[in-house]
Amino acid sequence: MNYNVDKKGYYGNYGGAFIPEMLYPNVEELRENYLKIIYDESFQAEYKDLLKNYVGRPTPLYFAKRLSEKYNTNVYLKREDLCHTGAHKINNTIGQILIAKRMGKTRIIAETGAGQHGVATATACALMGMPCVVHMGAIDMERQKPNVERMRMLGAEVIPSMTGSKTLKDATNEALRDWINNPVDTFYIIGSVVGPHPYPDMVARLQAVISEEIIDQLTEKLGNPNPTHVIACVGGGSNAAGAFYHFLDQPDVELIAAEAAGEGVYSGYSAATTALGKPGVLHGSKTLLMQTEDGQVVEPHSISAGLDYPGIGPMHANLFETGRATFMSITDKDAFEAAFMLARTEGIIPALESAHALAVLEHRKFKKSDVVVVNLSGRGDKDLMTYITRKEEYLSTK
Amino acid sequence: METTTKIKNRITELFQKKSNNILNIYFTAGYPKIEDTVTVLKALEKAGVDMVEIGMPYSDPVADGPIIQQSSLDSINAGMTIKKLLEQLKDVRKEVTIPILLMGYFNTVMQYGVETFMKEISEIGIDGVIIPDLPLDEYIEHYQVICESNNISNVSLITPNTSDERLHVIDNITQGFIYMVSTNSTTGNDAKKTEDNHEAYFNRIKSFGLKSPRMIGFNIKDKKTFTDACAYANGAIIGSAFVRMLSASSNLEDDINQFIQNIKK
Ligand SMILES: Cc1ncc(COP(=O)(O)O)c(C=O)c1O
Repeated sequence: MNYNVDKKGYYGNYGGAFIPEMLYPNVEELRENYLKIIYDESFQAEYKDLLKNYVGRPTPLYFAKRLSEKYNTNVYLKREDLCHTGAHKINNTIGQILIAKRMGKTRIIAETGAGQHGVATATACALMGMPCVVHMGAIDMERQKPNVERMRMLGAEVIPSMTGSKTLKDATNEALRDWINNPVDTFYIIGSVVGPHPYPDMVARLQAVISEEIIDQLTEKLGNPNPTHVIACVGGGSNAAGAFYHFLDQPDVELIAAEAAGEGVYSGYSAATTALGKPGVLHGSKTLLMQTEDGQVVEPHSISAGLDYPGIGPMHANLFETGRATFMSITDKDAFEAAFMLARTEGIIPALESAHALAVLEHRKFKKSDVVVVNLSGRGDKDLMTYITRKEEYLSTK
Repeated sequence: METTTKIKNRITELFQKKSNNILNIYFTAGYPKIEDTVTVLKALEKAGVDMVEIGMPYSDPVADGPIIQQSSLDSINAGMTIKKLLEQLKDVRKEVTIPILLMGYFNTVMQYGVETFMKEISEIGIDGVIIPDLPLDEYIEHYQVICESNNISNVSLITPNTSDERLHVIDNITQGFIYMVSTNSTTGNDAKKTEDNHEAYFNRIKSFGLKSPRMIGFNIKDKKTFTDACAYANGAIIGSAFVRMLSASSNLEDDINQFIQNIKK
C-alpha cells in the first residue's frame, strides 16, 4: 500500500485542495514548483547547511537508560527539543522560506497556536531578512505571552485573530484570508502537515529529516536501521509525519500516534480527533475533523496549545483509516505526569506536546527486546508557567 | 470532461429576460434573528431585487470578511443549520418568484450529504448554489452530474488571477452565471489599493468573449460601486454592506426597501 500522496494530492480518501478560487493560482504555483525546488541540488546544499550549522542537526538519538529500565525495554529519545528555537518546527520553516525565496516571494505569513511555529517562522525570516506577519488567536496571545514577545523581538508583526474562537483554527483562517488579499508577493508558511495539497506533502518531506537521521543513528548504534516502534504526538501531525516518514513502507515498524484527549476523550474537553472526528473539510483539505452533526467545526481542548487543533493532517487520517498507525488518546493529566517523570528520570524537561508521546510508555507494554523511539518534539521552557501553576492539580495524588 | 446538459431554471430565465443592471443581494440565513430568513427574502423581492443569495452559515468561512463572519457566527449560535434553513424555505415558492441561490462552504453540505442536499433544495425551488471552497476539478469529477440532474446551477468564481485557460473551462461548464470576484480579497474588504487594477481586469474579462453571463461581487456596497460594476458585467452582487445594514436595523422591511431604492434610484 502507498501511504504517500498520490498525483491528485490525496492520501487514500483524504487530502485534496478545497480552496476558494482566489487561492487557486497561489496554490497551483506552489504545486508546480515545490518538488522541483526541494530536489534541486543548490536547494539541498543550502537547506542541509542551515540544518547543520544553524538548526544544530543532526539532533541526538539518545538511549534513555533509566527510562528503559523503568519500562523494561529500550527507549531512544529523538532530541528535536535540542533544535534551535526548541522544537522540530524550524526544520519546516527553514525549508519553506528557502522555497519562498526561490519563488521570488518577498513577504512571509504564518499562523501559530502555541507560538512555536510563529517563533520558528519569525526566526527564519530574521535570518533571511524578510518581513514576517504571524496570525495568532487573541486568546492564545494571552496564554503564550513569552512567545509573542520572542516573535516581536525577532522583528515579526503579530496580528491577533479576533474571529471565531480566537485560537489556532481562527489564526489559520486569518492567514488564509491574508493570503487571499495578498496573492502575488506573499508566501504562506503553514506550520504542520495540514492545508491544501501540496502543503501536507511538502511539510512532511521537510520534516522527513527526522526519520532519515533515526535510520542512520540506529544503524550506527545497533547495526539495524529499523526500530520496532516509533512514537510521536499529533497536533496537525508534522513531527509525527517526519518521524514516521521513512518507516511508512516498513510494516515491521509499528507507528504510534499520541493524540490529546484533554480532560478525557468523551469529557467534552478533548482534541482526540480520530476518536471524535468524522471526515470533513477544513483549511483546504478533506480529513478527519471534530465537528457537530451539521458540520460546524468544534473547538478542541488540550492543555498543550500545540495539540489544540480540531483536525489532523490528511496523511494521518489515512494512516488511521488503513490501520497503518495506532492512535492513542492521552489525557492532560497523563501528559503532565509523563513530563515530570522524564524530568526526574532523565533530566530533560519536555514540551507538553511531546509529553503526550512519552505518556504512551505508561500505557503500552513493550517487550524487553523492543527498540522504541520516542520523538521528543520540543522542550518545555515555553510550558514552564503551566507546569508551575497546574502542578498541584495534576500531581496531587503523588 | 463531462458534457453538460443544459439546464433551465429561474436563473437562466432571468438572464434571458434581462441583460444589465441585475441586482443580486446576499444575506446570511437566520440573521439578524433566526426567524428572519423569509422576512428578509420577501422584503428584497418587494423592493425590486432581481436575485438573492442566502448564506448558509459556517464556523470557518475563509472567503468572507469580518461582517459576514460575525453574522454567520450569530446565526449558528441562534441554532441555524441547513436542516432548519430548508424548513424555513419549504413553502418559499408560494410567495417568492425571483431566483434564489444558496451560498455556503463545502463541509456543511458534505455532512448533509451532497446528493440529498441538491435533491431537497431543488424540490423546494432553489435555483443555484455557490460553494467557494469546492474546487473546479472536484466539482467536475464528482458533483456536476448531481447538480445538473437536479436543475441546480453551480456558480463558479473567477478572480483577477484566473488564467485564460481556466476561464474557458469555467465558461464551458457554467450554468447560470460566472461570479467575478472584483479584487483579490475576501468579502467586505475596503482596501484602496485594489481599486487601481479593477479596470484592466474588468476589461480583460469583458473582451474575453465569454458565453456565460457575469455578475461582479465582493466590495460592491452602494449606488456608485454598483453602477460602475454594471458597466462591465450583467449585474453585481452586494453582500457585506447589506448585512451591515441588517445588523443595525430596527425595522427590517423599511430599512431593506430604503437600502435597495438607494441602489436602484
Ligand atoms: C513541541 C511541539 N510538538 C508538537 C507540536 C504539534 O504539531 P505537529 O503535530 O505538527 O508536530 C507542536 C506545535 O506547536 C510543538 O510545539
